[in-house]
Amino acid sequence: MSIWEYANPTKFMGWTAPVMRAAFWLAGLCLAVGLIWGFFFTPDDFRQGSTVKIIYLHVPAALMAINAWIMMLAASLIWVVRRHHVSALAARAAAPVGLVMTLIALFTGGIWGQPMWGTYWAWDPRLTSFLILFLFYLGYIALWEAIEDPDTAADLTSVLCMVGSVFAILSRYAVNFWNQGLHQGASLSLDKEENVADVFWIPLLVCIAGFVLLFIALVLMRTRTEIRARRMRALQARAQRA
Amino acid sequence: MIALLRRDLRLAVRAGGGFGLGLAFFLIVVVLVPFGVGPETELLSRIAPGILWVASLLAALLSLDRIFALDFEDGSLALLATSPLPMEGVALVKATAHWITTGLPLTIAAPILGFLLSLAPEAYVYLLVSLLLGTPALSMIGTFGAALTVGLRRGGLLLSLLVLPLYVPTLIFGAEAVRRGADGLDPTGALMLLGGITAGTFALLPFATAAVLRINLR
Repeated sequence: MSIWEYANPTKFMGWTAPVMRAAFWLAGLCLAVGLIWGFFFTPDDFRQGSTVKIIYLHVPAALMAINAWIMMLAASLIWVVRRHHVSALAARAAAPVGLVMTLIALFTGGIWGQPMWGTYWAWDPRLTSFLILFLFYLGYIALWEAIEDPDTAADLTSVLCMVGSVFAILSRYAVNFWNQGLHQGASLSLDKEENVADVFWIPLLVCIAGFVLLFIALVLMRTRTEIRARRMRALQARAQRA
Repeated sequence: MIALLRRDLRLAVRAGGGFGLGLAFFLIVVVLVPFGVGPETELLSRIAPGILWVASLLAALLSLDRIFALDFEDGSLALLATSPLPMEGVALVKATAHWITTGLPLTIAAPILGFLLSLAPEAYVYLLVSLLLGTPALSMIGTFGAALTVGLRRGGLLLSLLVLPLYVPTLIFGAEAVRRGADGLDPTGALMLLGGITAGTFALLPFATAAVLRINLR
């Protein structure tokens, strides 16, 4: 009995149903605890005031935006190597979730940036690379939508995901280079993990756990939808032939 | 390979349009910019490196869908797939032909257009070198994008959505090299990274392009 047995569509539908339900409940619980704790029961930061509390949405969303792409890359590799249909469908299912996470990170960052930096948007390396990540997600989803034959679409998008990953990392470092050249010594750093105090840290961890669980639940749900849609298409094709 | 290269070049030059069109587009974009931002020489000379790079990128994008589309329609791509030449070689030749017909003319024309945008005199060398180093990468990445969308009926718009994010690093290093040259700084680092991107794309992307072509021809 190997781990691949669990990826058989029928078995997958079987075991994911309770897992998905549990993940949804746990995600709701974690987010409720983390957000309420974070918003109402942590002190204001002495420099940033209460704006610091957007960290509970911003950091987990940004984390999941990147992790969703990594998960898509892993799923694409599994599809290319083992040609497991569920894997390709999971990659497809994760893309819109990752896209929304990227948007949440960008928007919450903008809302935080307005009172802190005095601007919603700056061409800071991190901000810019997230915008590029957003474009990568758009292209990936658009390619899935454009191709009719599901196997061809899965093949092409997985190659795009692999090439895109290389270029996304390349862009991340290229953007660093570009910004240093543009305005020397920009003192904006989003890296709050280094100086975040324990009071903020624990609710943040709870929120991150909530976002991870939410991502798992959403991806499972969307993958199940894709499997059902494909079954329906197979049934329709059979009905037409009969 | 050389025969295929010759054939592609001949087709590009003779079969109406493709060859001069990218160059004319480059010219028009560069001419339009002063209308948009105003004719102040200082402003223009400051944004000239970026404008020239973005314009050459768009001009390269314009002719991408021609790389495989016609060959795919009339079946010669399928013939190429069954020929002794491996698909990786076909991808390499196609990218090279695209570069010779768009990247090289753009590189040669860029200094003249730099004059129109009153580019700083020190930057001309770096403009030429950076385009020479960078445009092959644009062609190779574009060939990969063209291979991805070859089977689609209306792939043009999708092609630009897929390819433009991939162009970001090339654009950054290319424009940065020229800007540093114009400011009197040392652009060697940017140029070396640009050359690295070109070498990397030519080493790896033919394999991805060939894989994608095989999928599309299945």
